[in-house]
Amino acid sequence: MDKNKKVTLNIIGILTGLLFLSPFYIMLVNSFKTKKELFMDALALPSTLKFDNYIGAWERLDFLKVFFNSMLITVGSIVLIIIFSAMAAWMLQRTKSKLSNLIFFMFIGSMLIPFQAVMLPLIRVMGKLNFLNMPGLMFIYLGFGSSLSIFLYHGFVKGIPTALDEAATIDGCNSWQTFWYIIFPILKPITMTVAILNAVWIWNDFLLPSLVINRPETHTIQLRIFFFFGEYTKQWHLALAGLVLAIIPVIIFYFFAQKHIIKSVTAGSVK
Amino acid sequence: MKRSKSEFWGFVGPSLFAFALVVIIPLIFGIYYSFTDWDGISSQINFIGLSNYVEVFKDKSFVDAFIFTSKFTIASVITINLIGFSLAILVTRGMKISNLLRTIFFMPNLIGGLILGFIWNFIFTKGFASLGELTGQRWLMGWLSNQETGFWGLVILMAWQMSGYMMVIYIAAIQNIPQELVEASQIDGANAWERTKHIIFPLVRPAFTVSLFLTLSNSFKLFDQNLSLTAGGPANSTQMLALDIYNTAFKFNEMGVAQAKAVIFFLIVGGVTLTQVYFTKKGEVEM
Repeated sequence: MDKNKKVTLNIIGILTGLLFLSPFYIMLVNSFKTKKELFMDALALPSTLKFDNYIGAWERLDFLKVFFNSMLITVGSIVLIIIFSAMAAWMLQRTKSKLSNLIFFMFIGSMLIPFQAVMLPLIRVMGKLNFLNMPGLMFIYLGFGSSLSIFLYHGFVKGIPTALDEAATIDGCNSWQTFWYIIFPILKPITMTVAILNAVWIWNDFLLPSLVINRPETHTIQLRIFFFFGEYTKQWHLALAGLVLAIIPVIIFYFFAQKHIIKSVTAGSVK
Repeated sequence: MKRSKSEFWGFVGPSLFAFALVVIIPLIFGIYYSFTDWDGISSQINFIGLSNYVEVFKDKSFVDAFIFTSKFTIASVITINLIGFSLAILVTRGMKISNLLRTIFFMPNLIGGLILGFIWNFIFTKGFASLGELTGQRWLMGWLSNQETGFWGLVILMAWQMSGYMMVIYIAAIQNIPQELVEASQIDGANAWERTKHIIFPLVRPAFTVSLFLTLSNSFKLFDQNLSLTAGGPANSTQMLALDIYNTAFKFNEMGVAQAKAVIFFLIVGGVTLTQVYFTKKGEVEM
């Protein structure tokens, strides 16, 4: 490629990159302004760099608490999904029967069902069973997360030779031991993918927690942000600081796990 | 290898139990409820046949939401895939800053739709207004205050959020194209456009199927962004199907009608996406 072309390409790249970043920039800049400054001009730089908005938003969101709740729900659900989906996928792949095929296709087929189709009866059933809030939510995520996770594990297990299972059996392992000592460690790369895809989904989910969580002390970040906006509609300075706070954990996560995230997204969608 | 029944259920059981309780049973109940006068409050639920469905088709808000959702889906699928594909082409040209750009383009995907909607709510209402004042462009003022700007607001928001995701899928496909084919075409004297048309396009076709599926179903099922960007307003003019179902259920407590809408919604989403996958898969070439 000649030099001129390369320069043009770089300029296009930089401009597009800046355009993509501009919403973050506008949000960040305005999160430092006072209410009055923000009202006057949303594009100007803030006159001082004070953290008042952040302190206010932190307290009103009860940020540490809701962060911890989101973390607990996300990690708890993912652990459940990983353990039970990996087990189910291995058994379904290794068992050649009509029943096992039927169950597998039921899981896969359900990916076409939009959440709205089951939303109302789901809340009713869970309410009747008195199984709401955090434990109920994790259980629901296990149910919804199983489909894609089993699908991904199933594809991966196919590539593991059955000779390995047989060798373990000959050495005296029962199924439980064969799975946990031999198979599960081999599943590590796909476990990473399953964990990341589910983490992004569960962490960011709003609708389901809003229907299932009815105790303010177990609110997630998304849920609290929603109520926060309802209360402070006209107070963008506080609201924006709250949004920045809500985004920071995700950005940090992305910064450290970038390679894995992009790889997982590719694996999850191209499969 | 022969395994006992109890072992089979021991491994498959837990997932299947959660799945059945959370997806299968509610789905069956949901279909049943759509034929009842369920209002979410009284415990008496009576079978009333098809009257909920009749009501749905007479319901203006549902019909409007359907039209708005369809238009939005067409606009957003085209925009997202065009931008996503262009970004993929841009960052696979061997620039030094390519990796940084990929990181930036992908970032919006990791943030929840609700938060993204609020961010853009600010940008459209305040940021655009300031920019409009500064430059004297009147069309930048009053965004989200009518159907048209609400529509384009949603399209812009979704393009910003999802094109990075599609980029990742297209990059994977572009990188899978065998270099010999590209070189061979260069030796044969093909120019950049011919190369794109005859080599790159046919070989990224499977990625196209996937991207189209993802953008189509995501756009059709959009809820969070719709709620936080426009909340369906003004006067329900930007209300999409998912939000309409939600409001029918929780604002008006018409659970039976909402459930009938949800069943129709399921049929539409399933029908549209399956048709799309069938047709785009048909034209794929095998390597």
